[in-house]
Amino acid sequence: MTYGNFINGMKKSVPVVLGYIPIGTAFGILANQQGLSTFEIFLMSSTVYAGASQFIAAAMIASGVNAASIIFTVFLVNLRHLLMSASLSPYFRKVPSIIQAILSFGLTDETYAVDITHIKEDMPSASFFAGLHATCYATWVLSTVIGGMLGNLIPDPTRWGMDYALSAMFIALLCIHINDRRDVLVAVCSAAFSLLITAMSGGSWNVIISTILAATIGVSAELWNKRLFLSSSE
Amino acid sequence: MEQKVVLIIIGMSLATYLPRMLPMVLLSKFNLPPLFLKWLKLIPVAVLSALLAPAILAPQGEISIGLDNKAFIASIPCFLVAIKTKNLFLTVLVGILAMLLLQNL
Repeated sequence: MTYGNFINGMKKSVPVVLGYIPIGTAFGILANQQGLSTFEIFLMSSTVYAGASQFIAAAMIASGVNAASIIFTVFLVNLRHLLMSASLSPYFRKVPSIIQAILSFGLTDETYAVDITHIKEDMPSASFFAGLHATCYATWVLSTVIGGMLGNLIPDPTRWGMDYALSAMFIALLCIHINDRRDVLVAVCSAAFSLLITAMSGGSWNVIISTILAATIGVSAELWNKRLFLSSSE
Repeated sequence: MEQKVVLIIIGMSLATYLPRMLPMVLLSKFNLPPLFLKWLKLIPVAVLSALLAPAILAPQGEISIGLDNKAFIASIPCFLVAIKTKNLFLTVLVGILAMLLLQNL
């Protein structure tokens, strides 16, 4: 554990924190309205720690859906994290399994985006991930609990569009990650698939399916190019 | 506190934790084939793009590219700044300012 990297991870959490405060507070307010107690909100945020899933679950609990359906829905919504976790694995080979198990608890769409940018720009450091993940986690849990306690006292904080900070963050990180024509191809394909799937079936499969398809297209394009190159040099 | 809610929360926590944890812990133990590593290297760009596209082009679930879609309008200056500077904080700042402006028009 190095102190400097941990602090650096905390610093890099700022855009995520800016987004988690309004969304977390909004979740707390909504869950309170749907009948969850502040302690239940705390319990859910601290053990589940997944924005979209918590919104869906709160609505399903309020409308009396059975436990198995709720848990299965949450499972489907979070399958996309399989791919993110897999793509981080090559950089965690020297990290002990128990530390991997703790750090991966803090893996969300947003922390993943910052994680991979750190990997791209620096020597990957477990302390960096720890600082980033801990700060984002604490922000999420606190914001949802505060939202739950405030309940109807304040208006929905996402109505000012502060949660747009997360989209702006994804735009910046996407541009940082695009380096060549193959990356552009993957990004455009993935965006198109994701939009189509969202428009056709709502959003729970869009990320996992479009990521698998777009990454496969990217690798195929590279192999195809290499074959052309080899055959032309013969 | 309702027992059913606690049961649901415990189930949810497993359903979210296992997909986050298992691939990292298991795959980092093996030497992965080069082709699979190449594929994994493309996951970040694909994931970022897949998450972003519906957030700015279909914020209500259906595709909307027009002046009534504030997230889409705000993303134009964000993209310009991001491509030009590759600066995260500047892009987020521009995004928040653009959104504040659009909300108050």
